[in-house]
Amino acid sequence: MAEYSADTQPREVPPVAPDARGLRLRGLTLELGAKGAAKQILRGIDLDIPAGSITGLAGESGSGKTMTGLAICGLQPAGSRLGGTISYTGPRGSAPNLLALKPRAMNALRGREVAMIFQDPTASLHPMMTIEGQLTDGMRHHLKVSRTEARSRALALLERVKVPEPATALKKYPHQFSGGQLQRISIAIALSSEPSVLIADEPTTALDVTVQAGILRLLRELCDSLDLAVLLVTHDLGVMSALADTVTVMRYGEVVEHGTRYQVIREPRSEYTRALIDALPHPPAEEGSTPAPGALPPTPTRTDLR
Amino acid sequence: MAKPPGGASDSRLELEADAAATAVYDEVQDDRAGGSGGSAGPGGSGASGVSFSALRNRLRLPPTFRRPMAIIGMSIIVLWFLVAIFVPWIAPYDPLAQQFDRLQAPNAVNWFGTDSLGRDVLSRTLYGARISLPLALILVVASAIIGSVLGAVAGYFGRAVDEIIMRFSDLVFAFPTIILAMIVTAALGPSLTNAVIALLLVSWPSYARVMRSMVLGARSREYVVAGRLLGFSPFTSLRRDILPNVAAPVLVLATLDFGNAILLLSGLSFLGLGATPPTPEWGAMVADGVQQFSDWWLAAFPGLAIFTVVVAFNLVGDALRDSLDPRTAGAVQGVKI
Amino acid sequence: MTLVTFTLANLVPADPAQAALGERAASDPAIVAAFREAQGLDKPVVTQYLVYIGHLFQGNLGTSTQSHNPVSQDLSVAFPATAELALFVIVFSIIIGVGLGTWAALRQNRFSDQLFRVLSLVGISIPTFWLALAAFYVFFYQLRLAPGTGRLSASLQAPPRVTGLYTVDALVAGQYTTFFNALSHLILPGLVLILYTVGLLVRFSRSAVLDVLNQEYVLAARAKGLSPSRVVFRYVLRGASLPILTIVGLAFGSLLSGTVLTEQVFGWGGIGQYAYKSATTLDLPAVMGVGLVVGVVYILTNFIIDVVYGVIDPRVRVQ
Repeated sequence: MAEYSADTQPREVPPVAPDARGLRLRGLTLELGAKGAAKQILRGIDLDIPAGSITGLAGESGSGKTMTGLAICGLQPAGSRLGGTISYTGPRGSAPNLLALKPRAMNALRGREVAMIFQDPTASLHPMMTIEGQLTDGMRHHLKVSRTEARSRALALLERVKVPEPATALKKYPHQFSGGQLQRISIAIALSSEPSVLIADEPTTALDVTVQAGILRLLRELCDSLDLAVLLVTHDLGVMSALADTVTVMRYGEVVEHGTRYQVIREPRSEYTRALIDALPHPPAEEGSTPAPGALPPTPTRTDLR
Repeated sequence: MAKPPGGASDSRLELEADAAATAVYDEVQDDRAGGSGGSAGPGGSGASGVSFSALRNRLRLPPTFRRPMAIIGMSIIVLWFLVAIFVPWIAPYDPLAQQFDRLQAPNAVNWFGTDSLGRDVLSRTLYGARISLPLALILVVASAIIGSVLGAVAGYFGRAVDEIIMRFSDLVFAFPTIILAMIVTAALGPSLTNAVIALLLVSWPSYARVMRSMVLGARSREYVVAGRLLGFSPFTSLRRDILPNVAAPVLVLATLDFGNAILLLSGLSFLGLGATPPTPEWGAMVADGVQQFSDWWLAAFPGLAIFTVVVAFNLVGDALRDSLDPRTAGAVQGVKI
Repeated sequence: MTLVTFTLANLVPADPAQAALGERAASDPAIVAAFREAQGLDKPVVTQYLVYIGHLFQGNLGTSTQSHNPVSQDLSVAFPATAELALFVIVFSIIIGVGLGTWAALRQNRFSDQLFRVLSLVGISIPTFWLALAAFYVFFYQLRLAPGTGRLSASLQAPPRVTGLYTVDALVAGQYTTFFNALSHLILPGLVLILYTVGLLVRFSRSAVLDVLNQEYVLAARAKGLSPSRVVFRYVLRGASLPILTIVGLAFGSLLSGTVLTEQVFGWGGIGQYAYKSATTLDLPAVMGVGLVVGVVYILTNFIIDVVYGVIDPRVRVQ
């Protein structure tokens, strides 16, 4: 650990106003296991996820990046202990610390304010339920809408995420769709209760390279039009360099690098980030310090760091 | 790389772990298995703690047998096998001698009372271990061997062989075990040997099924194909490359089946289709209790004997299965809803 | 199926004539020959089988050598008795077993989980016949809480037959005394069998639910912020329903085995007792009849399970 912390200078975090909308993680820790032999998964994460931008969280498997996403949703594994604060400011209200919320309050907030999409849509959608059932479940619970109202909202959502023939799609089951379509449906489900924060955990990793670009473009478009605060968790620096506004690199449960996309990809401060970037088959194309929304690398690079 | 905080096992983190949760799971397991100083007994600090963990390392049991339930089960099994071996020295009286007043309730002389012929129930129950345990052992071993061989052959060769063997096992499966066994024993004539033969007929298919599905899975593995390319004959390949890799589940099944075998054997004897008088078989003794059912001790103790043996084998079988299949094991991180 | 029961019954080395006629009569060759002719035992085995099949299609299962009734008539009395007991048991076992199994899985490694696991282990380890006897001794002989053997008290007439299930028939006929009497007779043998079946179901539904809990779609459902009970009922149980259904089928099969021993203790007069009687007396037509009924039940159970599979899982429906 020492060698990384030694060369990570305290660095200028892109300024975010304290009352800006979004999520603000301060000193987030997570430990698992028995009290005596506990294992530190997260060792004090500071992270801002402001509304209207995509915050990238990169790192190897086991670096704690997925666990950070789960912890924000309160979905950390049973028997784990969290520390630090996660403060939330949204259009409908704010919470000084999500970790201090009672389970019932957290449940009400989850899905409603903070939604999540997962890596493999074939696994994260229930194989034995219709798309309509899964798409309307959340909004009927949170928004208390009627069945017919839920259906028309579901249709609009599917149109929004560009699933063809929404009316027939509602009646179908997950196994009747391709992976890319399923991920669009997952995004529709995540947006069904109109959240203001979206956590995307490796949203393109399980997909074919050809459909990845479409999903990423959709995320960008939704982020901009809905003023979403998006946390993009991925190990794929190619995806990261195409989409994220700011990039945070994690290793062993700690932040080793943080900055705008340009800073991190072009002038990495930490050895570790440099090693990750050097491991890419094609160095990511980078056109400027302020990325054009929806910009994608000319050749999609999918790098598995494992 | 800097020294990892969690000790030696941390290096596995980047090699194997797929997600943080798995990494931790690995490590929790390691800590338990290693019995490191940190988990030594309460207040076990300093010299006493060290010697305690050293002692534990010396008396090391396979992790499977270190759970309390498995230990209880194992002790009961060992106890019953000791009884079966040394019963002539343990049992207070001759199990067949009709030397007491008939139908005595438990008392100082006959702790478990006496039966309708004036025999000591305690002695008969203890001697019962000599009947049930070896027979159940023979039954389980034989059906495991027959079933596994047939299943392996069916799975490895496939096609017609597979069809024939599996259709046959389906037919056996279609019948309730005890009805089929009952018909067979009734046909062969009631005796313990015939009961074992009848149960053998009905118990091999479960092994055949497990074996077949595993061999089917293993057959296409690369190391098996590699062996075949090296010129191994089908039987060599089956013996060298496949069987060692699929033996463990069969062992678990056999352990769990042992309890079942005892239940079925005693069930048949209970129906009068197994042991013949005056054999002190547990099921037959319970059947005596049906005749005189106001005299509860006739049936209670042999029944208890069956129950303890079966529970013990099921406990050990469970522990073995859990250690093979971590999904059902206690150590997996629970999901909280 | 018929071939198997027939072969099995005819592989019998013992002489059925001897068993049916008893020691005295069997020593007279004339009587034996007459018996053999009457039963068609003098003809070649293949002919016997074809004759049997021929009769089968006319609904004729032969005549029992013991009761001298047509086997079909005996079975029509015995089968509903077992069916009533088995249905009673399986319905309650599913409710209790799946409920406790799910509960145990959700409380994994906590006290209630450990408790249910131990209880289910005890349930499958107790010899059924012994438990039946113990229950009978305690509740009938000592406490006088339970009625005696059989399906009805001797003072009552069986209700007019509609289904052959006494409880249902009594309700249909509006005979409430008979209904409660039949129900009270069901409870004790039912509980004995329920303990075993619940034991099986708790174990398997627990591991089925644990499997599902580790699925990502459960995490995704929780991420929607649904209430815990909604996640369990809408997502988890639906996901675990297929393996649980499979186990219910298996449990039903082993239940039929269990009834043989329990019926014996409670004098239930069902298929189990009939099978026992016919097997021990080498009553071949009756044995074959039992085999047939059991085979049909097995095939029917599997068929029903396959149908239900298709109903709950769209992926099965497609194929």
